[in-house]
Amino acid sequence: MRKKRYILKFPPQSGDKPLSYHLVRDYDIRINILKAEVRPGKTGSLVLELEGTKENLKLGIQYLEDNQVSCEPLDKKIHWKQERCINCGNCTAVCFTGALVMDPKNWELKFDPDKCIVCELCVPACPLNLFAIDFRE
Amino acid sequence: MGRLKSTIIIAFPFYLLSLVARRRICYFITIIILSIFSENMGIQKTYEEINEKIRAGKAVVLTAEEVSQMALTASPEEIAEKVDVVTTATFGAMCSSGAFINFGHASPPIRMEKIRLNGVPVYEGLAAVDSYIGATACDPENPKYGGAHVIQDLIDGKDIELEAWGKGTDCYPRKYIKTVINKNTVNEIFLFNPRNAYQNYNVAVNSTPQIKYTYMGSLLPNMRNATYSTSGELSPLLNDPELRTIGLGTRIFLGGTQGFVVWPGTQFNTSKPKNEFGVPVSNSATLAVIGNLKEMSSEFIQAAYYEKYGVSMFVGIGIPIPVLDAEIAKRVSIRNEQIETTVLDYGVEGSPALGRVNYAQLRSGKIEVQGKKVRTAPVSSLSKARKIADILKKQIQEGKFEITKPVQMFPTNTSLQVLKEVKGGES
Repeated sequence: MRKKRYILKFPPQSGDKPLSYHLVRDYDIRINILKAEVRPGKTGSLVLELEGTKENLKLGIQYLEDNQVSCEPLDKKIHWKQERCINCGNCTAVCFTGALVMDPKNWELKFDPDKCIVCELCVPACPLNLFAIDFRE
Repeated sequence: MGRLKSTIIIAFPFYLLSLVARRRICYFITIIILSIFSENMGIQKTYEEINEKIRAGKAVVLTAEEVSQMALTASPEEIAEKVDVVTTATFGAMCSSGAFINFGHASPPIRMEKIRLNGVPVYEGLAAVDSYIGATACDPENPKYGGAHVIQDLIDGKDIELEAWGKGTDCYPRKYIKTVINKNTVNEIFLFNPRNAYQNYNVAVNSTPQIKYTYMGSLLPNMRNATYSTSGELSPLLNDPELRTIGLGTRIFLGGTQGFVVWPGTQFNTSKPKNEFGVPVSNSATLAVIGNLKEMSSEFIQAAYYEKYGVSMFVGIGIPIPVLDAEIAKRVSIRNEQIETTVLDYGVEGSPALGRVNYAQLRSGKIEVQGKKVRTAPVSSLSKARKIADILKKQIQEGKFEITKPVQMFPTNTSLQVLKEVKGGES
Protein backbone atom coordinates (compact mmCIF):
# COMPACT_ATOMS: atom_id res chain seq x y z
CA MET A 1 0.00 0.00 0.00
CA ARG A 2 1.17 3.51 -0.83
CA LYS A 3 -0.02 6.85 0.38
CA LYS A 4 0.45 10.04 -1.57
CA ARG A 5 -1.00 13.53 -1.69
CA TYR A 6 -2.27 15.11 -4.86
CA ILE A 7 -3.78 18.35 -6.04
CA LEU A 8 -6.67 17.70 -8.39
CA LYS A 9 -7.88 20.35 -10.81
CA PHE A 10 -11.38 19.96 -12.21
CA PRO A 11 -12.59 21.54 -15.42
CA PRO A 12 -15.88 23.47 -15.03
CA GLN A 13 -18.01 20.68 -16.59
CA SER A 14 -16.76 17.79 -14.48
CA GLY A 15 -18.31 18.85 -11.19
CA ASP A 16 -21.34 16.59 -11.72
CA LYS A 17 -19.41 13.30 -12.08
CA PRO A 18 -18.98 11.14 -8.96
CA LEU A 19 -15.25 10.67 -9.60
CA SER A 20 -14.31 9.85 -6.03
CA TYR A 21 -17.00 7.16 -5.91
CA HIS A 22 -15.34 5.44 -8.88
CA LEU A 23 -11.89 5.79 -7.33
CA VAL A 24 -13.14 3.94 -4.27
CA ARG A 25 -15.30 1.31 -5.98
CA ASP A 26 -13.32 0.53 -9.11
CA TYR A 27 -9.76 1.04 -7.90
CA ASP A 28 -10.03 0.32 -4.17
CA ILE A 29 -8.38 3.61 -3.25
CA ARG A 30 -8.85 5.12 0.19
CA ILE A 31 -9.48 8.84 -0.05
CA ASN A 32 -8.87 11.48 2.55
CA ILE A 33 -10.07 14.92 1.47
CA LEU A 34 -7.73 17.53 2.92
CA LYS A 35 -9.05 20.57 1.14
CA ALA A 36 -11.86 21.18 -1.34
CA GLU A 37 -12.82 24.09 -3.50
CA VAL A 38 -15.56 22.80 -5.77
CA ARG A 39 -18.13 25.20 -7.19
CA PRO A 40 -20.50 23.99 -9.90
CA GLY A 41 -19.78 25.51 -13.30
CA LYS A 42 -16.32 26.74 -12.26
CA THR A 43 -12.81 25.29 -12.10
CA GLY A 44 -12.47 23.38 -8.86
CA SER A 45 -9.58 21.96 -6.88
CA LEU A 46 -9.22 19.17 -4.38
CA VAL A 47 -6.33 18.26 -2.16
CA LEU A 48 -6.51 14.50 -1.62
CA GLU A 49 -4.53 11.88 0.16
CA LEU A 50 -4.82 8.66 -1.86
CA GLU A 51 -3.94 5.29 -0.43
CA GLY A 52 -3.87 2.07 -2.44
CA THR A 53 -1.64 -0.42 -4.22
CA LYS A 54 0.91 1.01 -6.65
CA GLU A 55 -1.01 -0.41 -9.61
CA ASN A 56 -4.41 0.82 -8.41
CA LEU A 57 -3.07 4.33 -7.73
CA LYS A 58 -1.65 4.46 -11.23
CA LEU A 59 -4.93 3.30 -12.77
CA GLY A 60 -6.99 5.62 -10.59
CA ILE A 61 -4.95 8.64 -11.58
CA GLN A 62 -5.19 7.56 -15.20
CA TYR A 63 -8.98 7.41 -14.77
CA LEU A 64 -9.02 10.97 -13.37
CA GLU A 65 -6.86 12.29 -16.17
CA ASP A 66 -9.09 10.57 -18.75
CA ASN A 67 -11.89 12.67 -17.27
CA GLN A 68 -9.93 15.94 -17.79
CA VAL A 69 -8.93 16.17 -14.11
CA SER A 70 -5.30 17.15 -13.74
CA CYS A 71 -3.51 15.32 -10.97
CA GLU A 72 -0.21 16.52 -9.57
CA PRO A 73 1.78 15.38 -6.58
CA LEU A 74 1.47 17.98 -3.82
CA ASP A 75 5.16 18.38 -3.03
CA LYS A 76 5.85 19.88 -6.43
CA LYS A 77 3.40 22.71 -5.84
CA ILE A 78 4.96 24.40 -2.82
CA HIS A 79 7.96 26.64 -3.21
CA TRP A 80 10.02 27.90 -0.28
CA LYS A 81 12.96 30.18 -0.92
CA GLN A 82 15.11 28.50 1.71
CA GLU A 83 18.27 30.48 0.93
CA ARG A 84 16.60 33.71 2.06
CA CYS A 85 14.90 32.22 5.14
CA ILE A 86 15.94 33.87 8.42
CA ASN A 87 14.41 31.06 10.54
CA CYS A 88 12.19 33.42 12.50
CA GLY A 89 9.46 30.83 13.02
CA ASN A 90 6.42 32.91 12.04
CA CYS A 91 5.24 30.24 9.57
CA THR A 92 5.43 27.50 12.20
CA ALA A 93 2.93 29.46 14.29
CA VAL A 94 0.17 28.92 11.73
CA CYS A 95 1.16 25.49 10.42
CA PHE A 96 -1.20 23.32 12.46
CA THR A 97 -0.38 20.10 10.54
CA GLY A 98 3.27 20.30 11.61
CA ALA A 99 4.68 20.44 8.07
CA LEU A 100 6.71 23.51 9.07
CA VAL A 101 8.55 23.10 12.36
CA MET A 102 11.66 24.50 14.01
CA ASP A 103 14.45 22.00 14.49
CA PRO A 104 14.87 22.02 18.30
CA LYS A 105 18.64 21.64 17.98
CA ASN A 106 19.72 24.37 15.58
CA TRP A 107 16.39 26.27 15.49
CA GLU A 108 16.28 26.24 11.70
CA LEU A 109 13.07 25.72 9.77
CA LYS A 110 12.25 22.22 8.56
CA PHE A 111 9.61 21.61 5.89
CA ASP A 112 7.98 18.20 5.49
CA PRO A 113 5.89 18.26 2.28
CA ASP A 114 4.17 15.01 3.26
CA LYS A 115 2.43 16.77 6.12
CA CYS A 116 1.40 19.84 4.10
CA ILE A 117 -2.27 20.14 3.19
CA VAL A 118 -1.87 23.40 1.24
CA CYS A 119 -3.94 25.42 3.69
CA GLU A 120 -1.84 28.38 2.49
CA LEU A 121 -1.71 30.04 5.92
CA CYS A 122 2.10 30.17 5.71
CA VAL A 123 1.99 32.32 2.59
CA PRO A 124 0.82 35.52 4.29
CA ALA A 125 2.43 34.54 7.63
CA CYS A 126 5.99 34.73 6.28
CA PRO A 127 7.25 38.29 6.88
CA LEU A 128 9.75 37.88 4.04
CA ASN A 129 7.15 36.47 1.63
CA LEU A 130 9.19 33.36 0.86
CA PHE A 131 6.36 30.87 0.28
CA ALA A 132 4.62 30.46 -3.03
CA ILE A 133 2.01 27.90 -3.99
CA ASP A 134 1.85 27.19 -7.67
CA PHE A 135 -1.69 26.47 -8.81
CA ARG A 136 -1.07 27.00 -12.50
CA GLU A 137 -2.32 24.29 -14.82
CA MET B 1 38.70 48.42 50.34
CA GLY B 2 36.67 49.20 53.49
CA ARG B 3 35.90 45.51 53.88
CA LEU B 4 39.60 44.60 53.64
CA LYS B 5 40.44 47.06 56.43
CA SER B 6 37.71 45.83 58.77
CA THR B 7 38.63 42.21 58.08
CA ILE B 8 42.26 42.89 59.06
CA ILE B 9 41.13 44.76 62.16
CA ILE B 10 38.98 41.79 63.22
CA ALA B 11 41.44 39.06 62.20
CA PHE B 12 44.67 40.64 63.52
CA PRO B 13 43.97 40.32 67.31
CA PHE B 14 43.16 36.62 66.84
CA TYR B 15 46.39 36.17 64.90
CA LEU B 16 48.38 37.92 67.68
CA LEU B 17 46.63 35.80 70.30
CA SER B 18 47.46 32.65 68.37
CA LEU B 19 51.13 33.71 68.39
CA VAL B 20 51.33 35.06 71.94
CA ALA B 21 48.97 32.68 73.78
CA ARG B 22 49.75 29.78 71.47
CA ARG B 23 46.09 28.91 71.32
CA ARG B 24 45.40 26.85 68.22
CA ILE B 25 41.73 27.92 68.26
CA CYS B 26 42.77 31.55 67.69
CA TYR B 27 44.79 30.50 64.67
CA PHE B 28 41.77 28.73 63.21
CA ILE B 29 39.52 31.72 63.83
CA THR B 30 42.02 33.87 61.88
CA ILE B 31 41.90 31.47 58.97
CA ILE B 32 38.08 31.39 59.00
CA ILE B 33 37.81 35.21 59.02
CA LEU B 34 40.26 35.49 56.15
CA SER B 35 38.50 32.83 54.12
CA ILE B 36 35.11 34.53 54.62
CA PHE B 37 36.76 37.76 53.51
CA SER B 38 38.19 36.26 50.36
CA GLU B 39 34.86 34.65 49.45
CA ASN B 40 32.96 37.88 49.90
CA MET B 41 35.43 39.97 47.98
CA GLY B 42 35.86 37.43 45.22
CA ILE B 43 37.38 38.44 41.98
CA GLN B 44 37.13 42.00 40.72
CA LYS B 45 38.14 42.91 37.19
CA THR B 46 38.17 46.29 35.50
CA TYR B 47 37.17 47.08 31.92
CA GLU B 48 40.79 48.00 31.21
CA GLU B 49 42.14 44.72 32.59
CA ILE B 50 39.75 42.80 30.34
CA ASN B 51 40.66 44.96 27.34
CA GLU B 52 44.36 44.29 27.95
CA LYS B 53 43.58 40.58 27.75
CA ILE B 54 41.53 41.15 24.58
CA ARG B 55 44.40 43.07 22.98
CA ALA B 56 46.81 40.30 23.95
CA GLY B 57 44.46 37.72 22.42
CA LYS B 58 44.11 36.06 25.84
CA ALA B 59 40.55 36.94 26.80
CA VAL B 60 38.29 34.01 27.63
CA VAL B 61 34.99 34.60 25.84
CA LEU B 62 31.83 32.48 26.03
CA THR B 63 28.37 32.98 24.60
CA ALA B 64 25.54 33.43 27.10
CA GLU B 65 24.29 29.93 26.26
CA GLU B 66 27.72 28.42 26.85
CA VAL B 67 28.12 30.17 30.20
CA SER B 68 24.66 28.99 31.29
CA GLN B 69 25.83 25.42 30.62
CA MET B 70 29.09 26.06 32.47
CA ALA B 71 27.10 27.33 35.46
CA LEU B 72 25.53 23.90 35.91
CA THR B 73 28.87 22.75 37.34
CA ALA B 74 30.74 25.97 38.18
CA SER B 75 30.02 28.59 40.85
CA PRO B 76 29.67 32.29 39.99
CA GLU B 77 33.07 32.85 41.66
CA GLU B 78 34.73 30.26 39.45
CA ILE B 79 33.03 31.71 36.35
CA ALA B 80 34.16 35.23 37.29
CA GLU B 81 37.69 33.94 37.63
CA LYS B 82 37.77 31.97 34.39
CA VAL B 83 35.56 33.98 32.01
CA ASP B 84 36.23 37.56 30.88
CA VAL B 85 33.43 38.35 28.47
CA VAL B 86 30.03 36.80 27.69
CA THR B 87 28.39 37.54 24.35
CA THR B 88 24.63 37.98 24.04
CA ALA B 89 22.53 38.49 20.93
CA THR B 90 19.08 38.90 19.46
CA PHE B 91 17.59 38.97 15.96
CA GLY B 92 13.98 40.08 16.03
CA ALA B 93 11.55 42.47 14.41
CA MET B 94 12.10 45.90 15.95
CA CYS B 95 9.58 48.38 14.59
CA SER B 96 11.12 51.44 16.21
CA SER B 97 14.10 51.59 13.86
CA GLY B 98 15.24 53.82 11.05
CA ALA B 99 18.11 55.59 9.35
CA PHE B 100 19.30 59.17 8.97
CA ILE B 101 20.48 60.04 5.49
CA ASN B 102 22.07 63.08 3.84
CA PHE B 103 21.54 63.12 0.09
CA GLY B 104 24.08 65.85 -0.78
CA HIS B 105 23.12 69.07 -2.57
CA ALA B 106 22.08 69.20 -6.22
CA SER B 107 22.82 72.15 -8.48
CA PRO B 108 20.72 74.23 -8.37
CA PRO B 109 19.90 73.22 -4.78
CA ILE B 110 16.51 72.26 -3.39
CA ARG B 111 15.05 72.50 0.10
CA MET B 112 13.35 69.09 0.18
CA GLU B 113 9.93 69.59 1.76
CA LYS B 114 8.37 66.35 0.58
CA ILE B 115 10.57 63.33 -0.12
CA ARG B 116 9.94 59.85 -1.56
CA LEU B 117 12.45 56.99 -1.77
CA ASN B 118 11.15 54.28 -4.12
CA GLY B 119 7.76 55.83 -3.43
CA VAL B 120 8.09 55.50 0.37
CA PRO B 121 7.50 58.74 2.28
CA VAL B 122 10.50 59.74 4.40
CA TYR B 123 10.84 62.60 6.88
CA GLU B 124 11.09 66.06 5.35
CA GLY B 125 11.46 68.26 8.43
CA LEU B 126 15.27 68.19 8.69
CA ALA B 127 17.09 71.02 6.89
CA ALA B 128 17.37 70.87 3.09
CA VAL B 129 18.78 67.44 2.24
CA ASP B 130 18.74 65.51 5.55
CA SER B 131 16.06 62.93 6.12
CA TYR B 132 15.03 60.06 8.36
CA ILE B 133 13.80 56.83 6.87
CA GLY B 134 11.41 55.29 9.36
CA ALA B 135 11.40 51.50 9.11
CA THR B 136 7.60 51.28 9.24
CA ALA B 137 6.89 54.10 6.76
CA CYS B 138 5.02 53.15 3.59
CA ASP B 139 2.85 54.45 0.79
CA PRO B 140 -0.68 53.17 1.62
CA GLU B 141 -1.03 52.29 -2.08
CA ASN B 142 1.91 49.89 -1.79
CA PRO B 143 1.86 48.72 1.84
CA LYS B 144 4.20 45.75 1.41
CA TYR B 145 7.27 47.84 0.52
CA GLY B 146 8.25 50.28 3.24
CA GLY B 147 11.07 52.15 4.91
CA ALA B 148 12.69 48.92 6.09
CA HIS B 149 12.83 47.69 2.48
CA VAL B 150 14.44 50.98 1.41
CA ILE B 151 17.01 50.55 4.21
CA GLN B 152 17.74 46.96 3.17
CA ASP B 153 18.07 47.97 -0.50
CA LEU B 154 20.49 50.74 0.52
CA ILE B 155 22.58 48.24 2.51
CA ASP B 156 22.62 45.92 -0.51
CA GLY B 157 23.97 48.76 -2.67
CA LYS B 158 20.85 48.91 -4.84
CA ASP B 159 19.77 52.04 -6.68
CA ILE B 160 16.85 53.90 -5.10
CA GLU B 161 14.65 56.44 -6.85
CA LEU B 162 14.66 59.77 -5.01
CA GLU B 163 11.88 62.22 -5.73
CA ALA B 164 11.60 65.48 -3.80
CA TRP B 165 9.59 68.66 -3.87
CA GLY B 166 10.20 72.13 -2.39
CA LYS B 167 8.41 75.46 -2.61
CA GLY B 168 11.54 77.20 -3.91
CA THR B 169 13.34 79.82 -1.81
CA ASP B 170 15.93 82.51 -2.56
CA CYS B 171 18.73 80.22 -1.38
CA TYR B 172 17.11 76.95 -2.59
CA PRO B 173 15.41 77.95 -5.86
CA ARG B 174 14.68 74.46 -7.15
CA LYS B 175 11.16 73.06 -6.75
CA TYR B 176 11.47 69.46 -7.90
CA ILE B 177 14.08 66.77 -8.38
CA LYS B 178 13.90 63.16 -9.51
CA THR B 179 17.08 61.11 -9.53
CA VAL B 180 18.68 57.87 -8.43
CA ILE B 181 20.79 57.39 -5.30
CA ASN B 182 22.60 54.51 -3.63
CA LYS B 183 24.80 54.15 -0.55
CA ASN B 184 27.87 55.32 -2.46
CA THR B 185 26.32 58.50 -3.87
CA VAL B 186 25.01 59.89 -0.56
CA ASN B 187 27.05 61.47 2.25
CA GLU B 188 26.05 59.73 5.46
CA ILE B 189 23.57 57.00 6.26
CA PHE B 190 23.45 55.79 9.82
CA LEU B 191 20.96 53.54 11.51
CA PHE B 192 19.47 55.23 14.56
CA ASN B 193 16.94 52.97 16.23
CA PRO B 194 15.03 54.62 19.10
CA ARG B 195 13.83 51.36 20.68
CA ASN B 196 15.59 48.03 20.21
CA ALA B 197 16.58 44.95 22.19
CA TYR B 198 13.59 44.85 24.52
CA GLN B 199 14.40 43.30 27.87
CA ASN B 200 11.96 40.39 27.72
CA TYR B 201 8.70 40.41 25.78
CA ASN B 202 5.27 38.98 26.35
CA VAL B 203 3.80 35.86 24.77
CA ALA B 204 0.87 36.48 22.42
CA VAL B 205 -2.30 34.38 22.20
CA ASN B 206 -5.77 35.02 20.80
CA SER B 207 -8.84 33.74 22.66
CA THR B 208 -11.40 34.98 20.11
CA PRO B 209 -13.00 32.85 17.37
CA GLN B 210 -11.31 34.96 14.63
CA ILE B 211 -7.69 34.88 13.47
CA LYS B 212 -5.76 38.03 14.52
CA TYR B 213 -2.97 39.47 12.42
CA THR B 214 -0.37 41.13 14.66
CA TYR B 215 3.31 42.06 14.85
CA MET B 216 3.59 38.86 16.91
CA GLY B 217 2.53 36.92 13.82
CA SER B 218 -0.81 35.43 12.81
CA LEU B 219 -2.61 34.35 15.98
CA LEU B 220 -4.98 31.45 15.37
CA PRO B 221 -8.46 31.51 16.93
CA ASN B 222 -9.33 29.95 20.29
CA MET B 223 -5.71 29.98 21.48
CA ARG B 224 -4.54 27.45 18.93
CA ASN B 225 -1.07 28.98 18.99
CA ALA B 226 1.14 31.19 21.12
CA THR B 227 4.08 33.25 19.84
CA TYR B 228 7.12 34.54 21.71
CA SER B 229 9.91 36.82 20.64
CA THR B 230 13.13 36.91 22.62
CA SER B 231 16.23 34.77 22.45
CA GLY B 232 15.78 33.80 26.13
CA GLU B 233 19.03 33.05 27.94
CA LEU B 234 20.95 34.53 24.98
CA SER B 235 19.05 37.83 25.02
CA PRO B 236 21.22 40.88 25.88
CA LEU B 237 19.23 42.68 28.57
CA LEU B 238 18.13 39.44 30.26
CA ASN B 239 21.80 38.73 30.97
CA ASP B 240 22.38 42.10 32.60
CA PRO B 241 18.97 42.80 34.12
CA GLU B 242 20.17 45.71 36.26
CA LEU B 243 22.12 47.21 33.32
CA ARG B 244 25.33 47.24 35.35
CA THR B 245 27.55 47.02 32.26
CA ILE B 246 25.31 48.36 29.47
CA GLY B 247 24.88 52.12 29.24
CA LEU B 248 25.56 55.20 27.17
CA GLY B 249 28.51 54.50 24.89
CA THR B 250 28.55 50.69 25.08
CA ARG B 251 30.06 49.31 21.87
CA ILE B 252 27.84 46.62 20.33
CA PHE B 253 27.40 44.48 17.24
CA LEU B 254 24.72 46.14 15.13
CA GLY B 255 23.54 44.85 11.76
CA GLY B 256 26.92 43.33 10.91
CA THR B 257 29.18 46.17 12.04
CA GLN B 258 30.20 47.87 15.27
CA GLY B 259 27.61 50.25 16.67
CA PHE B 260 26.87 51.91 19.97
CA VAL B 261 24.23 52.21 22.63
CA VAL B 262 23.41 55.92 22.73
CA TRP B 263 20.49 56.32 25.12
CA PRO B 264 17.91 54.35 27.04
CA GLY B 265 15.43 53.28 24.39
CA THR B 266 11.94 54.76 24.23
CA GLN B 267 9.43 53.20 26.66
CA PHE B 268 12.42 52.36 28.92
CA ASN B 269 10.75 50.96 32.00
CA THR B 270 12.53 49.74 35.11
CA SER B 271 9.39 49.39 37.26
CA LYS B 272 8.11 46.06 35.94
CA PRO B 273 7.77 43.22 38.46
CA LYS B 274 10.74 40.85 38.67
CA ASN B 275 10.82 37.16 39.49
CA GLU B 276 12.95 35.41 42.13
CA PHE B 277 15.93 35.41 39.74
CA GLY B 278 15.81 39.19 39.34
CA VAL B 279 14.45 39.14 35.79
CA PRO B 280 11.48 41.31 34.80
CA VAL B 281 8.51 39.14 33.81
CA SER B 282 7.37 41.33 30.89
CA ASN B 283 8.86 43.88 28.49
CA SER B 284 10.82 46.49 30.42
CA ALA B 285 14.17 48.14 29.54
CA THR B 286 15.08 49.04 25.94
CA LEU B 287 18.06 50.52 24.08
CA ALA B 288 18.53 53.28 21.52
CA VAL B 289 21.35 52.26 19.19
CA ILE B 290 23.37 53.78 16.37
CA GLY B 291 25.69 52.47 13.66
CA ASN B 292 27.06 53.13 10.18
CA LEU B 293 24.59 51.69 7.67
CA LYS B 294 27.18 51.70 4.90
CA GLU B 295 29.09 48.97 6.77
CA MET B 296 26.06 46.81 7.55
CA SER B 297 24.94 43.60 5.92
CA SER B 298 21.42 42.52 4.98
CA GLU B 299 22.28 39.22 6.61
CA PHE B 300 21.69 41.05 9.89
CA ILE B 301 19.14 43.69 8.84
CA GLN B 302 16.03 42.31 7.15
CA ALA B 303 12.91 44.11 6.02
CA ALA B 304 9.65 42.40 6.95
CA TYR B 305 5.97 42.74 6.16
CA TYR B 306 3.31 41.39 8.47
CA GLU B 307 -0.05 40.57 6.97
CA LYS B 308 -2.68 43.20 7.84
CA TYR B 309 -0.20 44.91 10.18
CA GLY B 310 2.51 46.52 8.10
CA VAL B 311 6.23 46.88 7.62
CA SER B 312 8.86 46.18 10.28
CA MET B 313 12.54 45.40 10.37
CA PHE B 314 14.55 42.52 11.81
CA VAL B 315 17.62 43.94 13.54
CA GLY B 316 20.62 41.89 14.58
CA ILE B 317 22.19 43.07 17.86
CA GLY B 318 25.01 41.53 19.87
CA ILE B 319 26.18 42.91 23.22
CA PRO B 320 29.31 41.80 25.09
CA ILE B 321 28.99 41.66 28.85
CA PRO B 322 32.26 41.93 30.77
CA VAL B 323 32.37 39.54 33.73
CA LEU B 324 33.63 42.08 36.25
CA ASP B 325 32.69 40.09 39.35
CA ALA B 326 30.80 37.09 40.68
CA GLU B 327 27.51 38.98 40.72
CA ILE B 328 27.70 39.59 36.96
CA ALA B 329 28.83 35.97 36.48
CA LYS B 330 25.68 34.89 38.29
CA ARG B 331 23.49 37.11 36.08
CA VAL B 332 24.93 35.88 32.77
CA SER B 333 24.49 32.28 33.96
CA ILE B 334 20.70 32.62 33.88
CA ARG B 335 18.92 29.74 32.16
CA ASN B 336 15.73 29.58 30.09
CA GLU B 337 13.77 27.92 32.89
CA GLN B 338 14.62 30.86 35.17
CA ILE B 339 13.40 33.52 32.73
CA GLU B 340 9.66 34.00 32.85
CA THR B 341 7.32 36.09 30.78
CA THR B 342 3.63 36.99 30.71
CA VAL B 343 1.04 35.53 28.34
CA LEU B 344 -1.21 38.26 26.90
CA ASP B 345 -4.48 37.85 25.03
CA TYR B 346 -4.05 39.94 21.85
CA GLY B 347 -7.63 39.18 20.80
CA VAL B 348 -9.16 41.21 23.62
CA GLU B 349 -8.94 44.97 24.05
CA GLY B 350 -6.32 45.91 26.64
CA SER B 351 -4.51 42.56 26.12
CA PRO B 352 -5.29 41.04 29.54
CA ALA B 353 -2.64 38.77 31.12
CA LEU B 354 -3.58 35.08 31.15
CA GLY B 355 -0.60 33.63 32.97
CA ARG B 356 3.13 33.28 33.26
CA VAL B 357 5.47 30.82 31.52
CA ASN B 358 9.22 30.36 31.24
CA TYR B 359 11.41 30.11 28.15
CA ALA B 360 12.22 26.43 28.63
CA GLN B 361 8.48 25.75 28.38
CA LEU B 362 8.13 28.05 25.36
CA ARG B 363 10.99 26.29 23.56
CA SER B 364 9.53 22.85 24.34
CA GLY B 365 6.78 23.59 21.80
CA LYS B 366 3.86 23.61 24.24
CA ILE B 367 2.73 25.76 27.12
CA GLU B 368 -0.29 25.61 29.34
CA VAL B 369 -2.53 28.67 29.42
CA GLN B 370 -5.52 28.60 31.79
CA GLY B 371 -5.48 24.82 31.81
CA LYS B 372 -5.28 24.53 28.01
CA LYS B 373 -2.27 23.15 26.13
CA VAL B 374 -1.20 25.67 23.51
CA ARG B 375 1.33 25.12 20.72
CA THR B 376 4.17 27.69 20.72
CA ALA B 377 6.20 29.27 17.94
CA PRO B 378 9.04 31.78 18.00
CA VAL B 379 8.82 34.95 15.92
CA SER B 380 12.45 36.02 16.34
CA SER B 381 15.34 34.01 14.95
CA LEU B 382 17.35 32.09 17.54
CA SER B 383 19.64 30.62 14.87
CA LYS B 384 20.62 34.14 13.72
CA ALA B 385 21.04 35.32 17.30
CA ARG B 386 23.39 32.39 17.92
CA LYS B 387 25.33 33.29 14.80
CA ILE B 388 25.71 36.89 16.02
CA ALA B 389 26.84 35.75 19.49
CA ASP B 390 29.43 33.49 17.84
CA ILE B 391 30.71 36.23 15.51
CA LEU B 392 31.03 38.65 18.40
CA LYS B 393 32.82 36.01 20.47
CA LYS B 394 35.31 35.42 17.67
CA GLN B 395 35.89 39.16 17.14
CA ILE B 396 36.65 39.62 20.84
CA GLN B 397 38.92 36.56 20.93
CA GLU B 398 40.83 37.93 17.95
CA GLY B 399 41.24 41.34 19.56
CA LYS B 400 39.03 43.08 16.99
CA PHE B 401 36.31 44.14 19.40
CA GLU B 402 37.01 45.80 22.73
CA ILE B 403 34.53 46.29 25.53
CA THR B 404 33.52 49.77 26.65
CA LYS B 405 32.88 51.21 30.07
CA PRO B 406 29.65 53.20 29.76
CA VAL B 407 30.07 56.98 29.83
CA GLN B 408 26.88 57.15 31.85
CA MET B 409 24.59 54.53 33.33
CA PHE B 410 20.86 54.47 32.60
CA PRO B 411 18.14 55.54 35.03
CA THR B 412 16.87 52.94 37.49
CA ASN B 413 13.51 54.42 38.43
CA THR B 414 11.51 54.93 35.27
CA SER B 415 7.94 53.96 34.47
CA LEU B 416 5.63 54.58 31.53
CA GLN B 417 3.18 57.37 30.85
CA VAL B 418 -0.04 56.61 29.04
CA LEU B 419 -1.49 58.95 26.44
CA LYS B 420 -4.45 60.68 28.06
CA GLU B 421 -7.19 62.09 25.94
CA VAL B 422 -7.83 65.69 26.96
CA LYS B 423 -10.73 67.58 25.44
CA GLY B 424 -9.22 69.97 22.93
CA GLY B 425 -9.13 73.61 23.96
CA GLU B 426 -11.76 73.19 26.67
CA SER B 427 -9.63 72.91 29.77
